[in-house]
Amino acid sequence: MVGLNEYLIFAAILFCIGLYGAVAKKNAVAVLMGIELMLNSVNINLIAFNRFLTPSEVTGQVFAIIVVVVAAAEVAVGLALILNIYRQRLTTDVNDLDWLKW
Amino acid sequence: MIQFAWLIPVLPIIAFAVIVFLTRRMQMVSALTAIVAMAGSLIIAIGVLVQVFSTNITIAEPVELVVRWLEVPGSLLIEAGVLIDPLSSVMLFVVTSIAFLIMIYSIGYMKGDPGFSVFFAYLSLFSTSMLGLVISNNYFLTFMFWELVGLSSYLLIGFYWNKDSASDASKKAFITNRVGDFGFMLGMFFLFLLFGTFNFQELSVAIPAFANKTLLTIVALLVFVGPIAKSAQFPLHVWLPDAMEGPTPVSALIHAATMVAAGVYLLARGFVLFESAKTALLIIAIIGGFSAVFAATIGLVQRDIKRILAFSTMSQLGYMVMAIGLGSITAGMFHLTTHAFFKALLFLGAGSVIHAVHTQDIFEMGGLAKKMKTTTWTFLIGSLSLAGIFPLAGFWSKDEILVTALNAGEIFGVPFLGPLFLTLGLLVAFMTAFYMFRLIFVAFFGSEQAGQEAHESPISMTFPLVILAVFAIFAGFIGTPFTDNGFAAWVYYGHPHLPEPNYFIMIFSTIVAFAGILFAWIIYGKKAISAEKLAVRFSAIHTLLYNKYYIDEAYQWFFDKVFLRIADGCRWFDRTIVDGIADGFGDGLREMGARLRFIQTGNLQNYALVIFAAVVIIALWLAVPVLGGI
Repeated sequence: MVGLNEYLIFAAILFCIGLYGAVAKKNAVAVLMGIELMLNSVNINLIAFNRFLTPSEVTGQVFAIIVVVVAAAEVAVGLALILNIYRQRLTTDVNDLDWLKW
Repeated sequence: MIQFAWLIPVLPIIAFAVIVFLTRRMQMVSALTAIVAMAGSLIIAIGVLVQVFSTNITIAEPVELVVRWLEVPGSLLIEAGVLIDPLSSVMLFVVTSIAFLIMIYSIGYMKGDPGFSVFFAYLSLFSTSMLGLVISNNYFLTFMFWELVGLSSYLLIGFYWNKDSASDASKKAFITNRVGDFGFMLGMFFLFLLFGTFNFQELSVAIPAFANKTLLTIVALLVFVGPIAKSAQFPLHVWLPDAMEGPTPVSALIHAATMVAAGVYLLARGFVLFESAKTALLIIAIIGGFSAVFAATIGLVQRDIKRILAFSTMSQLGYMVMAIGLGSITAGMFHLTTHAFFKALLFLGAGSVIHAVHTQDIFEMGGLAKKMKTTTWTFLIGSLSLAGIFPLAGFWSKDEILVTALNAGEIFGVPFLGPLFLTLGLLVAFMTAFYMFRLIFVAFFGSEQAGQEAHESPISMTFPLVILAVFAIFAGFIGTPFTDNGFAAWVYYGHPHLPEPNYFIMIFSTIVAFAGILFAWIIYGKKAISAEKLAVRFSAIHTLLYNKYYIDEAYQWFFDKVFLRIADGCRWFDRTIVDGIADGFGDGLREMGARLRFIQTGNLQNYALVIFAAVVIIALWLAVPVLGGI
């Protein structure tokens, strides 16, 4: 049987991959994709806890749906920001956005 | 009248304010204001004096009128008070009378000077300070007036402020006195620390009861530093000869009769402190005696008439200090009184001469006796009094000091001290007579120098001379050993010590004085021995004396080579170390900022990583207690 632990490990791996993507990618859209991965790994965690710990209740599932909504909204805003930056500076490379540098 | 005694110092300061704010442009009005105020003070002082002597107010039971000035309940009380006893009332009379006469004299002497009104303002300021000093009932108030007197002296010495030598001299006087004031202040604070009061009467009870003699000696010596500077004793005497840069009435009033006597007065007023520390008394006597001899030797070879008189003053002050150090404030104060009159007379006479011939070098004068009769006669009387010739005033006071010196052995328990101090005293008497009559023979008699148009001074100047001459003749009779109710019965410490006539001293001192006059006549009158040849023969000594033992040069060397070096060291410390720490602190912060700014990479992903790492750390931190330890 696939138990709770397996799901949790899986979510952790997904989270790390997402973190790597968010922190180490050049392309701004790829950074957003990494953030999405992290949010979805959190969703997997929530569902797994709901299924194995309190199957009679739907709290985890509701929470997961709210996270999905928030992630969607946030991606919309993020993409809008990237579009605007591209129009201004003609680049999507995060390393070029350094005006707060010393 | 005594209830008005507080007015005595107040009237002159009112005159000062009036002259400065109202009557500056009107010269004679200013002079009159000052003189009227001074006359008022004089009348009250005479009234106080009469009242003191007729109603048996003595040193033991003085009258005190006090106002609480500054009070911190439980710890500090500074009073503004007036202490009337024979000691202070005699001083009040001396100061007011001489100041009054000198103000009259100044009308003639300062005529035509653009600063005429200001001069009288300064004289009034000085009078206030001096009278306040004399009349105050506690150390704090005395010190305040002590400093004020120093300020007035600065203003008056530097009266001709566009003369470099005068402004230098005024600064020198003030700074030297500041050194003295520093010691005085320390001693005064010490007294307060030990006894909790500044009041003279309270201290006179508390001090003899104090057991720690070493501490008292230190305090006494510290307080004595003040009079060393103010009364021009060695080694803080250097300002007095230079102070002659001021106008001659100033020299007469301040640097002969009154201000320099303030030190002696303080020693008498606070005598209980010195009496309880016999070592301090001995040191006072030694310094006084040394200064007397020191100054007399310098006076022997000076050419400037005012400098001769200045060194004479220093020498006589040494006499007074020595007398007090040998235990007799009676002798010291008596000599202070007579000296004030005849020294003021001599200075005013010198001023009359300078006014007439416009030079101060006695070898450029000569034969003045023919043209300036009044000046010559009064100057002669003053000199005879100073030399101590019977029966003039100086004879009685000087003999009083010599008798005190003779008994010095008993006070300190060291027998040879008596003859030692007596010899010192007689030596000084000889030299005093010599240099005064050297001055007289060279300046007043002898051949006239070419181009001289001497004329007698106006009556505003000769009138004070005559009055002072009368005092110089008769003032001594209040304290002769032949009268029972004289000076010694009123001004004393502890118990009155009525003097008995000591014929040996009287005859001996008269012989010594006449010897001095004789020697002066031989060399400068009859010119049987040539002064120039003597100067050549003893040229080393002559140069040493003429240059005042090079003390000024020594002080200058000390200042340049030692003191400035120390100051340089302090400056190095301040610039390098103190500023280094202060500036270094700021520089360090700036450096740190310069290194740390590289954290701001501007790279979004770096920021995200840092945030994530922080979250992990915080989560672990919070989770550790929950998980039960690491």
